[in-house]
Amino acid sequence: MSGPDEMISIQGLTKRFDALTAVDNITFTVKRGEVLGFLGPNGAGKSTTMKMVTGYLPITSGTASVCGFDVENQALESRHHVGYLPEGAPLYGDMTTEAFLGFIAEVRGFAGEEKKRRIHLAVQRLGLEPVFNRPIETLSKGFKRRVGFAQAILHDPEVLILDEPTDGLDPNQKFQVRELIKTMAADKAIVISTHILEEVTAVCTRAVIIAHGKLVFDGTPEALASRSPTRHLDDVFRELTTKH
Amino acid sequence: MRYVWVTIKREIGAYFSTPLAYVFICIFLGLSGALTFFVGNFFERGQADLNSFFNFHPWLYLFLIPAVSMRLWAEERKTGTVELLLTLPMPIWAVVIGKYLAAWSFIAIALVFTFPLWITVNYLGEPDNGVIFASYIGSLVMAGGYLAIGSCLSAVTKNQVIAFIISAVVCFLFLMSGVELVQSFFQGWAPDFVLDTIRGLSFLTHFNVITRGVIDLRDVVYFASLIGVFLYVNTAIVDLTRGA
Repeated sequence: MSGPDEMISIQGLTKRFDALTAVDNITFTVKRGEVLGFLGPNGAGKSTTMKMVTGYLPITSGTASVCGFDVENQALESRHHVGYLPEGAPLYGDMTTEAFLGFIAEVRGFAGEEKKRRIHLAVQRLGLEPVFNRPIETLSKGFKRRVGFAQAILHDPEVLILDEPTDGLDPNQKFQVRELIKTMAADKAIVISTHILEEVTAVCTRAVIIAHGKLVFDGTPEALASRSPTRHLDDVFRELTTKH
Repeated sequence: MRYVWVTIKREIGAYFSTPLAYVFICIFLGLSGALTFFVGNFFERGQADLNSFFNFHPWLYLFLIPAVSMRLWAEERKTGTVELLLTLPMPIWAVVIGKYLAAWSFIAIALVFTFPLWITVNYLGEPDNGVIFASYIGSLVMAGGYLAIGSCLSAVTKNQVIAFIISAVVCFLFLMSGVELVQSFFQGWAPDFVLDTIRGLSFLTHFNVITRGVIDLRDVVYFASLIGVFLYVNTAIVDLTRGA
């Protein structure tokens, strides 16, 4: 049922924590070449959805697959195709940037020259040269976030899932990360969660909004803006996510 | 297997990039030396053996091993790196075994550094080196038992202090189950086979056999199955507490 370009397919995805339904029957697909802005107020279920798609959280009901691999039954295969930046970019603080990226490269199956080349490329793309030999715990928040990003793109994955990738970055770094996302967009499917609405118009080709675990909007950023007479994304966002 | 090896390399690196390794090795050597000479009366006994050294190992490990094992999973959960680790394309069992083997090798390194004692006793007399070798093996295997318990219980909590205390208590129960104090509690009302089973679970009983220079298949099977069971449960706990 999924076409060759459907990189992420989410069907009726639901997550319940005891009485709380964090994600409620969400269905959407992401194709190659799309940059999907995943929006919603804090606590709407954005991170929970991403955690299920990356295989970290068990799914209550429904299915999710990446490049045709079911994230629960073919967990390892699906993870090979995903680069994931978790919320807050957790990293091993005791390792240097070099050692950390080396560890990720080895897990991803790279060795020798190929490993060096991959690390070099990721370091170059994110401007990590100044902190290459420094322990991660001594880095600024912006650099930490970029190390987390480097880790996610090291194996040049077909699917990138980025949970608030620009959170904590200064305007210049935000610009740099957005440019990077744009350059990678052509041959990948990228999902970025954010609550910065300007980001959607800046990088995304499509926006999905969820509120209280339910999908409330799925369309282009232009379509989203046209819903409001003021053509302000903020107004539409507030209207969509508070009427309950 | 590759994943086990990559995990071992990262973990060993973590031990030696923090003061943990140096502090642990120094304290282990200092305490085991002090106990051997001052409490164990190494010289006064006038015997060319290392019994006064090995006799204290079960007690030394009781708090030193939980100190090593408490961070294995609790720290990953506290800092959130467990999310990074479990969304990489690695099976959980490989990470559990990798972490365990890294910690075990680390303890083996500490144990190797006690070799001056072996040289000393050979210089002073003519000990049975076969018995000493068996005792070293026994000590390492017993450390492996403590470590499997500690690793498993470290996955139960995010709090390293709690992990330490629970592990120490459970290790203590395993250690003491063959001692008169515990046995007398069951004597009189519990049937004999219960008494035997409890006695059979004791680290001390099995370790004492090995330090006499006898490596019995039953003792090997005991420790191997103990380690196997706890690591299996460890894997299950890590799997079940994903996202919690």
